Amino acid sequence: MINMNESILINLALVILFLPVIGFIVALFLAKKVKKIFLFENFVIILAFICSVALLYLKLTYFQSKDIVSEFQWIDFGNVPLFGKLSVELGILLDNISVIMLFAVALISMLVHLFSIEYMSGDKRYNRYFAYLGIFTFSMNGIVLTHNFLMMYIFWELVGLSSYLLIGFWYEKKSASDAAKKAFIVNRIGDIGMFSGILMLFTTYHTFTSDKIFYQISQGALPFNSEFWLTVTGLLLFCGAIGKSAQFPLHVWLPDAMEGPTPVSALIHAATMVAAGVFFITRIFTMLTGDALFVIAVIGALSAFIPATIALTQNDIKKVLAYSTISQLGYMILALGVGAYTFAFFHLITHAFFKACLFLGSGSVIHNMHHEQDITKMGGLRKKMPVTYTTFLISSLAISGVPLTSGFLSKDGILAGTYAFGYATGHWLFAAAGFFVAMLTAFYMFRLIILTFHGQPKDQHKFEHAHESKFVMAMPLVVLAVLSIFIFYTPNPFNPEQGWFLSKWIKAPQISVPENARYSFMKPDAAQKTEPDVNKSETAKQEIVYSETYTEALHHAHIPAMLLSLLMAASGILLSFLFYQWKKFDPDKLAERVKPLYKLSYNKWYFDEIYDAVFVAGTVGLSKSLAWFDNTIIDGIVNFTADFTRIFSKLSGKFDNIVVDGLVNFMAYLSGFIGLIFRKFQTGKVQTYVVLVIFSLVILLFLFKTF
Amino acid sequence: MAQVGLNHFLVISSILFCFGIFGIITRKNAVMVLMGIELILNSANINFIAFARYGSFGFQGQLIALFVIVLAAAEAAVALAIVLNIYKTFSNVNVDEIDNLKE
Repeated sequence: MINMNESILINLALVILFLPVIGFIVALFLAKKVKKIFLFENFVIILAFICSVALLYLKLTYFQSKDIVSEFQWIDFGNVPLFGKLSVELGILLDNISVIMLFAVALISMLVHLFSIEYMSGDKRYNRYFAYLGIFTFSMNGIVLTHNFLMMYIFWELVGLSSYLLIGFWYEKKSASDAAKKAFIVNRIGDIGMFSGILMLFTTYHTFTSDKIFYQISQGALPFNSEFWLTVTGLLLFCGAIGKSAQFPLHVWLPDAMEGPTPVSALIHAATMVAAGVFFITRIFTMLTGDALFVIAVIGALSAFIPATIALTQNDIKKVLAYSTISQLGYMILALGVGAYTFAFFHLITHAFFKACLFLGSGSVIHNMHHEQDITKMGGLRKKMPVTYTTFLISSLAISGVPLTSGFLSKDGILAGTYAFGYATGHWLFAAAGFFVAMLTAFYMFRLIILTFHGQPKDQHKFEHAHESKFVMAMPLVVLAVLSIFIFYTPNPFNPEQGWFLSKWIKAPQISVPENARYSFMKPDAAQKTEPDVNKSETAKQEIVYSETYTEALHHAHIPAMLLSLLMAASGILLSFLFYQWKKFDPDKLAERVKPLYKLSYNKWYFDEIYDAVFVAGTVGLSKSLAWFDNTIIDGIVNFTADFTRIFSKLSGKFDNIVVDGLVNFMAYLSGFIGLIFRKFQTGKVQTYVVLVIFSLVILLFLFKTF
Repeated sequence: MAQVGLNHFLVISSILFCFGIFGIITRKNAVMVLMGIELILNSANINFIAFARYGSFGFQGQLIALFVIVLAAAEAAVALAIVLNIYKTFSNVNVDEIDNLKE
C-alpha cells in the first residue's frame, strides 16, 4: 500500500513536470494555425495545478517526514581511466520543500496564465506567449523536483532561456531586446560560477546526485581534502544564485527585465524564477561552511539594503516592485546566511504570493491606465479599481510586515534570526540592516500605494477611462491576496513557530560540513553530542543541531525582534503618509536638502553606469587593443610571411625558368638534334634497310673475324 | 681436273646468294624483289644439301631443304597476296615509292 502510494506521488510529480511542456509544444507548433490553442495551454496548466494540490495533500498527509526519491541510471560510462567508476543518474526528489514549492509554482503559474488571457488580449503573438509560459513552468518544475546538480543546471539554464524569451517578448522595442540580452548575459556570469562549482563537486565525488554528495561530505570527504575548498565550492554554487536571484552585484538585470509583459514579471521576476536561487541555496544549505554562509549573509544584507534605498525614489511602478523584489530576495539570502533556514524558505513562499499579487495588481493598473507606468501620473484610482486596490493594499501590508499577514510572520522570523545571529556572534550589523530595510520597505510600498491609488488623479484623461479589471484578471489578485493572510500558515498570528508550516512541514536539514568549519552556534553542544543518533534512518532529515545559546537567543529574539519590526513598519508607513498623503513634509524639499543621497538613489547607485564604464567599456577597450594587436602585429607577421614567400617564390620561379627549364629544354633540343641526324637513316624504303643490314653485317663479320 | 667438292657448291650458293641480295637491293619491282628472296632461299638450300652430302649428318639437310621449299612456296603465296594488295592500294608495286610507314 505504502509503496503504491509512493509511486503515485512520483507519477503525479512527473505529470506535473511534463504537462506544461506538452502545452508548450502544442501551443508553439499550432500557434499560427489554431487561434484558440492558448486555451489548451491554460487547460494543461490548470490540470498541473490540480495534480500539484493532490501531490501536496498526499505528501503532507502520508509522507510528512519521508523523502521520496526516484532515480534511474541515465549514462553508465563504466570504469573511466584516471577517474574511476562514472555514471550519471537522473531522478526526482520529493520532500516537503519541493512539493510546497511545486504547489506555489503551479498555483502562481496558473493564476498568471488566467490573468494573461485578458492582459495580453490583442497581442499579435498571443499563442506564442502562452507557449513560452508553458516552457517556463516546465523548467521551473524541473528545478524544484530534481535531485541532482546536472538536471538542476539544465533546468537552471532553461528558466534562463524562457526568462530571456519573455523579457524580449516585445522584441520590436529596442529596450526590451536589450533588457533580454542583459538578463541573459548577467545570468551567464553567475552560471559560470555555478557550473564550476558543480564540476568541482563532480570531480571530487564522481556523482551529480546531491544526497550522495552530502553524505560523502558528512563522512569527511572534502574537495582537495580541505575545508577551504569546500567553502570555495559553496560560494561558486552561490554565484549561480547571485545571478538568478538578482543579488548584489549582479542585480542590475532585474529592474531592466520589467520590459517584459507584467504577468511575466509577476511569474518569473518576482515569484518563482528569481526565487530559484534561494531555493537552490536551501538545497545546498547542508554543505555550506560557516565562512561561505557569512559571505552569503553579507551579499544578502547588501542586496536587501541597496535596492531598498533605490526603490525610495523610483517613479516607475514596476521598477519599484522590481527593486523591492531584489530587496526581499536579499532578505531570504541573508536569512540563509545567518542560519535561519526555515524562515528563509517560509519567506520565499509568502513572498511569492504577495509579490505575485503586487505585480499582477500593478499589471491591472497598467492595463487599465493604457500602459501608463509612471506613478506620478496616477492617483485616485482607489474608487475606480476597488478590487485591485484592496488586494494591492493587503499585499503591501504583507510585504511591509504588518501583523495578521503572512509577510509579518516570515519577515519577523528572518529579523529574529539576524538578531539571534548578532547575539551569538556579535555581528549586529546584519540585524541593523534588516530592521532598517524593513522600515524602508514599508515606506516605499506605501509611497507607491498613496501615489497610485490615493489623492487626486494627475492625468484626468486616462483616469476617466480607467475601470476595474474583468473577472479573469481580478480573480488571481483575490486568490493571491487571500494567501497573504496568516491563517494559511499558522493559527497564531504572532508566532509562526507553532504553526504547521514551520513545526511540521519545513525542517532544516542536518549540516554535513565538518564541525570546525561551521558557525560556532551550529556545533552541537557537548551534552547533545553523546546522544546516539544511529537509529534514525538515513533519509529522515534531522534538524540542524543548534547550540543552546543560539536556540535560546532565537527564543529571546522573537519578542524584541517582533516589537522592533512592528515599530519599523509602523514608522515607515507613517512617514510615507506624512510625506505623500497628508503632505506635512514636502518630499521634493527633502530631496533638495540631501541632494547627493537623492541622486545616488534616483540613479540606482550608478550601478549601470559603473558597469558600463568598467566592464562594458573595459571589454570594448580590451577588444579594441586586441584588435589593434591583431591588425598590426599578427597581420604584420602574416603579411611579412606572405611578402617573403612571394619574393622567395619569384626568385625560385626565375631559377625554375632559367636553370631547370633550360636544362630540360636543352635535353629536348639535344634529342631533337640527334633525332634529326638519325632520321636520315629512316627512309621507309625496304631496300635501303636491306643495304644497311648487309653493310652492318659485313662490318660485324669483320669485327668478329676470329677465323 | 679436280673433282667437284663441297667448295664448289659453297661458291655457287654464295654467288647465288649475292645475286639474290643484288636483286633485292636493286630491283624496283616488288615481284623482282621476291624473286631475289627466292634466290637467297635456294642458295641456302644448296648449302644444306651440300653439307648433307659431304658431311655426316644423314638426311637432315635434305629434309630441311624440303621444308625450306615448302616454306618458300608458302612465303611466295603470302608475299604475292601482299603485293596484290599493295597494287590495289598504290596502283603500282614499286618498292622505293612505298614508304608510307616512314611517317
